[in-house]
Amino acid sequence: MFKLILAWRYLRTRFIAIASIVSVTLGVATLIVVNSVMSGFTDEMTKKLHGILSDVDISAPGMGGEISNVEETVKQVEELLGDDLVAATTVVRVHAMVTYHVNGQPRHQPILLFGIDDHSFSSVSDFRPYLTNSIHQQGNVFRLEESGYDPELPNCGWPYRREKFRYEKEVRAEIERMLARQIEDQRVASRVEDAHLMPLPMTGQPVADGQGTDGPETEEAASPGGGFRMAALPDQLPQLPKPDSVPESVVSQKLSDPSIGPLPSLVKDDSWNPPAFDSEAQYREPEHLEEFDPITKSRVGIVLGIGIGKLRAHDPETGEANDVFFLRPGDDIEITVPSSGSQPRPILANCTVTDFYSSKMHEYDSGFAFMPLSELQEMRGMFDPMTGGYTVSSIQLKLRPGADLIATRDKLREAFPVAYFPLVIQTWRDQQAPLLSAVELEITILNVLLFLIIAVAGFGILATFYMIVVEKTKDIGILKSLGAPGSGVMSIFLAYGLSLGMVGAGVGSLLGVAFVWNINEIADLVAYLTGREVFDPSIYYFTEIPTQMSPAMIVGVGIGAMLIAVLSSVLPAIRAARLHPVDALRYE
Amino acid sequence: MSSKNSGLLSRESATMNRNDSRPVIGQASPVILRGTGICKSYRTEAETLPVLCGVDLAVHEGEFSAIIGQSGSGKSTLLHLLGTLDKPDSGEIHFRGKRIDNLNHRDRDRFRNHEIGLIFQFYHLLPELTVLENVLVPYMIRLGVISYFRQRKALHERARHLLEMVGLSHRLRHRPSQLSGGERQRTAIARSLIANPSLLLADEPTGNLDSKSGGEVLDILAQLGENEKLTIVMVTHDDAIAQQADSTIRLVEGVVESQQSRRIA
Repeated sequence: MFKLILAWRYLRTRFIAIASIVSVTLGVATLIVVNSVMSGFTDEMTKKLHGILSDVDISAPGMGGEISNVEETVKQVEELLGDDLVAATTVVRVHAMVTYHVNGQPRHQPILLFGIDDHSFSSVSDFRPYLTNSIHQQGNVFRLEESGYDPELPNCGWPYRREKFRYEKEVRAEIERMLARQIEDQRVASRVEDAHLMPLPMTGQPVADGQGTDGPETEEAASPGGGFRMAALPDQLPQLPKPDSVPESVVSQKLSDPSIGPLPSLVKDDSWNPPAFDSEAQYREPEHLEEFDPITKSRVGIVLGIGIGKLRAHDPETGEANDVFFLRPGDDIEITVPSSGSQPRPILANCTVTDFYSSKMHEYDSGFAFMPLSELQEMRGMFDPMTGGYTVSSIQLKLRPGADLIATRDKLREAFPVAYFPLVIQTWRDQQAPLLSAVELEITILNVLLFLIIAVAGFGILATFYMIVVEKTKDIGILKSLGAPGSGVMSIFLAYGLSLGMVGAGVGSLLGVAFVWNINEIADLVAYLTGREVFDPSIYYFTEIPTQMSPAMIVGVGIGAMLIAVLSSVLPAIRAARLHPVDALRYE
Repeated sequence: MSSKNSGLLSRESATMNRNDSRPVIGQASPVILRGTGICKSYRTEAETLPVLCGVDLAVHEGEFSAIIGQSGSGKSTLLHLLGTLDKPDSGEIHFRGKRIDNLNHRDRDRFRNHEIGLIFQFYHLLPELTVLENVLVPYMIRLGVISYFRQRKALHERARHLLEMVGLSHRLRHRPSQLSGGERQRTAIARSLIANPSLLLADEPTGNLDSKSGGEVLDILAQLGENEKLTIVMVTHDDAIAQQADSTIRLVEGVVESQQSRRIA
């Protein structure tokens, strides 16, 4: 009985006990927070790294490397791996340039362009889940959708495209109309002058140099639609003399080259004609060249990383970061890829952005783009005349869950010796080896540091308890002189240590869990207080701090803390138990 | 030479010795505590310092004895040995005919808890506990949690009664630090009595008190001797205080100089 009441009283009345509890609490909370963040970080990162990479990647080395006998190779791999192979896909991977316009100015950005077969690629790696359009998560990712886009990205897809191009068309029509009107106005002005001029030759002299017929002919050639009403007047005037009076040479010259315009000598204000023709030629030409209507049709679909064409702007007043998108699904962009073969040439193509790829991994989001495999092959001319098939950059394999990656890789390497097959065969870990090993090193160092922290806390408790035993020497003597056995005295201090550990671990766990649950809010608060972003998504791989808490970890940390508290109270407790009552009582 | 043999030998010699030197005292009350040939020395690294050299004594049931001696005469050490707080180097201590000095730790702890009440010069109360709880400590030590709670009411009643007897019924919830010296010593007396000991050992109970408080404490002890027929062994350096005792044992430099009894049976 005395053990309990004394341990409780010591716990309640000692400041030193509160200090010990706080140290245990902080240790436990720190461990939980650090563990959660670390495991969340690692987990998220490996998931993302693994997500876009296939389990095993067989690729031709170098930038222009191509695997030519694709079907044969895939068949061989299938035979070799048997049941271990779940899915395989072929991919073209090529560096490319994307061009888009911001306020009418072209912007170029280097990207890594993937030519993929949407269906098989999605079965090999996580691709569709990272798309912003919910419809695309079922397939047909290179089709522009009417709806289904992320509500955070308003004004996307077909509605946006229609509205945009309709507006553009309207603007163009308006320009056209204004230009036409300008032409007419100027023409009316010139006609009036002509009219002043014409009666002179009409009435005075017979047509000798074709002055009189020049006007109406020019007008008909120039504006067949708009100028009829005005043309009626001059039509009546030069009725008869026209056919026979105009020299052939002049007419043919005018018809063959309309930009020359009327004869300069006749025109008072000669500035109007050439510009009218020029602008007309400019805005009419595209309509004639392509029968492509962007309002109803889209071009080849392309999925862009969400970081492409996005700018992160900090509001100078609130300090909040906002994303400004210069591109959105529905926009047309231009991509430039090198052609296949020994002398690469740039090849241009127009594409329609159908969706954004948002893996929340900065490196991928700002540098990846995906388009249909066949289109890219066609575009680059990835055709092997020897086998008569298209070529690819790599073959990606997905293995059944639990399959041994390393063993599979080695098996493949054995089957495709480098001497005969110039192929690089890697697991996803091999591909991200520098990053993964860096993270592993980081975790190792962190664990060592955490262990040191625990050791410090443990020795702190040890010292604290030793002090308490020294302080309580007299009390121990009293208890022993009243018949308390050594084991009982010892258990006071063990119970004391255990209760310190329990309270500390309990409070620490709650604190740690609460911290982890609200870690992003806390980061925001710190960012608000210090004025600088704690976790900048443009630097780190994630937009918010990832955490992963396992109950086993929390329980383990708690039990560990209690164990440490009890263990560090063992030594002082043994000392207390061994104290001789007479020695303990002797000194006052 | 084994300690057992030497103990047996010295007992016989002590018996002889007592018969020679001591006047006859109350034959009616049996001897409750007998020490024979008790030797104790404290060893430091350099030398061995003898404290007690062959002390023989006998305490009769219901007797109030005083051990008198100068500082350093070894009287406190003798009391500790009698209370099994320490072990003699040689010699034997018998309690009601049973040898107690060679008991193992657990049995000595039990013996102390059940049979002996201890009062110290410096009170030795536990500062974290209230007066009432301090009085209950021997029972807290003796009983487990469950049986303590089962008997809680009766024990509290008894503790209150004892505190009332020593005149502290108004101080039950106070901490020792809030009490005066006399009050603390009276609390210690109540604590020593709660477990119904057969023997009360008091080590200079008045040594730290002024004469008034010391007088009160002595009166209580004397009353206990009178009314309860409690056996009390008190260590003091003050002859005047020793006068109140039934018998006195005078220690000089670790040896019993004289043992006399005023009470004639």
